Amino acid sequence: MHELAISPAIAALRVRIAQLEGDGARAREVLPFGVPSLDRKLPGGGLALGCLHEVAGGGNGAVDGAAAACFVAGIAARTQGKVLWCVAQQDLFAPGLEQAGLPPDRVIHVEAGDDKSVLACMEEGLRHGGLGAVVADIARLPMTASRRLHLAAKESGTIGLALRRWRRQAEASDFGQPTAAMTRWRISVLPSRPLPVPGVGRARWLIELIRARAGESLDIELEACDGSGHLGLPADMADRPAAAEGRRHSAAS
Amino acid sequence: MTAVDATAQALGLRVGMPVTKAQALVPGLVIEPADPKADAESLERLALWVLQRIAPIVAVDPPDGIVIDSTGADHLHGGDAAMLDALIGRLTLSGVSARAAIADTWGAAHALARYGSNPVLIAMPGASIDMLAPLPLEALRLSPAIPAGLRDLGFSRIGDLIGQPRAPLTLRFGPELSRRLDQALGNSAEPIEPLRPEDMIEARRSFAEPIAAAETIARYIGKLVATLCEALETRGLGVRRLDLLCHRIDSRVETVRIGLARPVRDPQRLTRLLCDKIETIDPGLGIEIMTLTATLAEPMTERQAVSHLIEAPEPDLSGLIDTLANRVGARAIYRFAPVASDVPERSVCRIPALAEETGAGWPDHWPRPSRLLPRPEPIETMALLPDHPPNWISWRGVRRRVRRADGPERVFGEWWKRDAELVAVRDYFRIEDDAGERFWIFRAGDGEDVATGSHRWFLHGVFG
Repeated sequence: MHELAISPAIAALRVRIAQLEGDGARAREVLPFGVPSLDRKLPGGGLALGCLHEVAGGGNGAVDGAAAACFVAGIAARTQGKVLWCVAQQDLFAPGLEQAGLPPDRVIHVEAGDDKSVLACMEEGLRHGGLGAVVADIARLPMTASRRLHLAAKESGTIGLALRRWRRQAEASDFGQPTAAMTRWRISVLPSRPLPVPGVGRARWLIELIRARAGESLDIELEACDGSGHLGLPADMADRPAAAEGRRHSAAS
Repeated sequence: MTAVDATAQALGLRVGMPVTKAQALVPGLVIEPADPKADAESLERLALWVLQRIAPIVAVDPPDGIVIDSTGADHLHGGDAAMLDALIGRLTLSGVSARAAIADTWGAAHALARYGSNPVLIAMPGASIDMLAPLPLEALRLSPAIPAGLRDLGFSRIGDLIGQPRAPLTLRFGPELSRRLDQALGNSAEPIEPLRPEDMIEARRSFAEPIAAAETIARYIGKLVATLCEALETRGLGVRRLDLLCHRIDSRVETVRIGLARPVRDPQRLTRLLCDKIETIDPGLGIEIMTLTATLAEPMTERQAVSHLIEAPEPDLSGLIDTLANRVGARAIYRFAPVASDVPERSVCRIPALAEETGAGWPDHWPRPSRLLPRPEPIETMALLPDHPPNWISWRGVRRRVRRADGPERVFGEWWKRDAELVAVRDYFRIEDDAGERFWIFRAGDGEDVATGSHRWFLHGVFG
């Protein structure tokens, strides 16, 4: 609630810790979502560039990874430069990604065949430094691999997005294992915005920030990415006090 | 007559027939005088083309063949079968009819390519003996007198020879028969001397003591690359394909091939790409000679970099693309580009990662899923015909009630592609179930006329 009113002593401590951790100046750059209630909760006011972030789908989304792909595409769309997207087996549908804000000219796809090569390709992309974002669909992300990716991202300042996706629902419990990622997100689909006529409205997601280093977790209900990769605040909530959102969900669950 | 094509064979003409007889059989026959020298030259040109595109070790197998050592090269083309298909396809396009076979040894591949039943044949490792057995004796690359003599003795197939004691045969026909048989069966080695045209840029290093350690190999790769880049610089060239051949002391050759998206002459980058592949080199008892060849070199023009004071320069991704392409294969790296087609799976094509930006996209008046299933999966539904969305669907054993739906979006078959699509129709719906999961489903057919489709329902994609 009171992030803005951090005492100077704590702020000084944070600076000192950042120096000890050796975070470069680029690692401090952030990519805001443009949704105040979400950005306010993130350290630095947005998603840190030059870091590894994990995203997974909730429920059946852990297997199909469709909503998570749109969420990640939206983040990648708002970076500058080309995007490298590594998968083991290709099932992305480029028109769908374009509607999430990522035009086909900006995405270079790598179909690596297996998880090990996907990780290697992702690391290679993160080290290069000329890309806007590097995305990879991975099932297993061991601690060592994630630390390598995080360091590679830190060196180059490129944002790394690990889209966690499993073959079976049962394997999704792997998402609880610790990794070196800066933040960990879970995107679950919700019924779309009701329309006055029959039809499917704009998609809605329950976005859960499960873990954030030096930040708080939160869950928030937002509308899916538009054609420029921006999330939308649902109309029936836009006027509500921001603090009520978190409480509403914890009460519902 | 020295050679006849397929049409001539169908007319009853055979190799070895006198020309007069042939002319008597087929009036108006077109006869070209044989020109073995020109044939050999064009075969060499073809071999060079194969060398630049398919594999690092290629040699001419006169009078009518090309031998390719595909070890370590097939994975770049997506496997043996894909490599052969691509090779034969490109030869056919340029008007060369060819037969090809992959086998354990040069001898076996030679025999299977010429006498095998299929024009394209792949013998599994170890299966060569079984495939060779029914072939005629001529397939063994013997001088013409030997098969005739063997036939007199009652041998008609290679299989008849395999189990025979060698001594009496050698006594009668000389050592050639035994040697050829061993070469075909893989009992004796037959190295392929790779084709190296005179103007090809090559750096070579032989070692007094065989080397085997990865660090040593890396060090000498660095030296070879430096030498090669100097030679390239004097000619103003950059490499597109680079082959490293490591001759082992047991006379086997280990090869590494790297491909580059654009001509490159940067020693650091080339060394890095080659050193990434060191783990694929099996040094065995040691490497005595290493050669580095610029198989495909192209003129490299230095461009003046345009500098902007305000904008950051566009980063050069060709280095990254090369590194990735040499790791997972060049065809596994691509961008998507739109194709003017309403059928979803045909609306997307793959273009090279570094191709010019098309700037084109897909029409976005209808939402599209972010994940498309590799092929539409049949689902069970209950729906009101002809144009209502289903009330429920059952996919992968889970039944879902349809809460909201959009559609139908009618996609017509592309009659200019196949006759069967003349009346075919798909009706796409976007549906949402109770939990909010959104799917892209379609019905094959328009719901009224059976000719337009089977009226079965399929799930094709998942929305985010």
